[in-house]
Amino acid sequence: MAIVFDGTRESYVEGLSEFLGSGQEDTPEWVADLRREAISGFGELGFPTLSDEEWRFTNLEALRRGSFSIAEDGISDVSMKTVNSYGFSGLDCLRLVFVNGRFASSLSDAGYTREGIVVKALSEAIREDGDLVKDYLAKYADYEKDAFISLNTSYFEDGVFVYVPDQTVFEKPVHVLHVSTDEGRPLFINPRNLIVIGQSSDAKVIEHYVSLSQSVYFSNVVTEVVCGENANLEHYRLEFESQKAFNFSTLRVNQQKNSNIASHSILYGGAIVRNNVHPVLAGEGCNSDIYGLFMSEGRQHMDNFMRVEHASPHCDSRQFYNGVLDGRSKGVFHGRILVHEGAEKTDAKQTNRNLLLSDTAQIDTKPQLEIYNDDVKCTHGATIGQMDEEALFYLCSRGISMKTAKIIMLRAFTNQTLEHMSIDSVREALENTVMKWFEQRLGNGDGR
Amino acid sequence: MLEVKNLHVRVDDKEILKGMNITVAPGEVHSIMGPNGSGKSTLAQVLAGKEAYEVTEGEVTFQGKDLLDLEPEERACEGIFLAFQYPVEIPGVANTYLLREALNAKREYREEKPLKHVEFGKLARDKMKALGIGEDLLKRSVNAGFSGGEKKRNEIFQMQILEPTLAVLDETDSGLDIDALKIVANGVNSMRDSGRSFIVITHYQRLLNYIVPDFVHVMVDGKIVKSGGKELAQELEEKGYADF
Repeated sequence: MAIVFDGTRESYVEGLSEFLGSGQEDTPEWVADLRREAISGFGELGFPTLSDEEWRFTNLEALRRGSFSIAEDGISDVSMKTVNSYGFSGLDCLRLVFVNGRFASSLSDAGYTREGIVVKALSEAIREDGDLVKDYLAKYADYEKDAFISLNTSYFEDGVFVYVPDQTVFEKPVHVLHVSTDEGRPLFINPRNLIVIGQSSDAKVIEHYVSLSQSVYFSNVVTEVVCGENANLEHYRLEFESQKAFNFSTLRVNQQKNSNIASHSILYGGAIVRNNVHPVLAGEGCNSDIYGLFMSEGRQHMDNFMRVEHASPHCDSRQFYNGVLDGRSKGVFHGRILVHEGAEKTDAKQTNRNLLLSDTAQIDTKPQLEIYNDDVKCTHGATIGQMDEEALFYLCSRGISMKTAKIIMLRAFTNQTLEHMSIDSVREALENTVMKWFEQRLGNGDGR
Repeated sequence: MLEVKNLHVRVDDKEILKGMNITVAPGEVHSIMGPNGSGKSTLAQVLAGKEAYEVTEGEVTFQGKDLLDLEPEERACEGIFLAFQYPVEIPGVANTYLLREALNAKREYREEKPLKHVEFGKLARDKMKALGIGEDLLKRSVNAGFSGGEKKRNEIFQMQILEPTLAVLDETDSGLDIDALKIVANGVNSMRDSGRSFIVITHYQRLLNYIVPDFVHVMVDGKIVKSGGKELAQELEEKGYADF
């Protein structure tokens, strides 16, 4: 029987014992303890409200009223052909597939466990590499302070575990495909990913969220990343959830000395979406490049919440977020840069550009600098505008149709973020998706 | 080729063109001179199809077609080219990409096959040399971070690639040093033939030493007040516009 949450805080708190009793019996006790601890966090916090400063632009009333249940089995609904259709052309990668939060081994490549590298489902890793996982899981994403992290930590079923030991370059990108299906009732899905990169090691991970139906569900993702000394990680989060989904996600990165991360977030689907990106530059000399592109239409609501934490000296961070908004959609960019007292010579930069395609789309952009050191360089800039009429006229005066001119301009805008992706086939696939989206927006007319 | 009759144009409720007339036959080069604010650039923008300019009276015929009925891109495909006084910067769009799209749009309009990358590359390189344009300028974003001279040369380069029937040069000489001016003039002169016409809008007679016009028109307060041969330009240089 399915476990159902009726939207109240109590239902989520009380549902855990049933959850632990059904299908989680072989989970080690330390994980069960973690879940119990985390749900008490949610019991204290509850869902945030508009009076919470960090949530003042995103109303969760519909989520609080919604009834959701844990998935039973959707794996049999998904074919290999469907899964392959979400692949990236010509990309030699390692693919792990999850359906409604559960690992689908029949649709996935065999896990990778050679030369100390471990890439497998987190559920398997907990059973087989428990000591390794235990050192990192839930050590960074704070379930006592964030309601969605609490819920995920309590109810996560699966996700990817990537472990790359010291001095190792893992050449193959890991493609983590999370598929949701329609089980006839709104689901509560909690993907959980853990990525640990050792000293002077390299990896690339593509988290990819897709939906086979336009159903309502509540997906709540947490990814923890530990980027070791002098390590490099390129991380992608491609959000193509159902247009009716509630989607919350947190990327929590811990960066050790001289490490580099490049994070790319693409928000495309979802009714109410909140994407938290929270790197902590914990060691000296780190570099964080955070890119994002969100595209909203209809009544979609997309909330980008950045929290870039400079905790050590000589670290650089770059946030570069572009939004394209159409219809009656709403966007939020909340860019917080927090510079700790000891983090001298911090160089932090934040740019958020927004393009409104309709008169009814809306964007709230809010930079927030919190600086406790005098010797830092922090800049931020935000723009909101419509397409440049002068540039459109210039292009048309050269013989290019208005529709093509608009597409050229939109491509130029979105490429400002996409061009930083190092995996060409992913970038090209996204460019195509973006193009199709634009063409839909512009309709069949001549573009005027 | 082009016939402008009694053209009246308003911008933001202000009448700028007040009964403009000009007739350009194939192969002719016309120069329009006049003081600031006389409406020269407005004429150029109206010919190219700028939406903000409202035609309240008059007509414009181009090769037998009602030009005012066509969208800007249709005008371009019909053979009109405007070299902008202030070329627009378009970050993120490569110069070469714009040009290939434009050329192929025009070819498609004429029901010709699009040019392949290689064919286009060869065409572009041939034209670039004469204009002193380097490969890097092709790859860079359209006009973004270009110097004034580079922008103007880029306009002429576009003109050479698109091979218009009627080219309107809006103060293409302004701000150019003599070397750049000669390059621009050579770019224009090399395209002169019996089927192609030019309207050269300028403040300064100097350009007309290098692009020798068939006709010179003086434009004041929204209309042509005097027309003559190339000697009129010399006269204007000496006496200025005070007499008009």
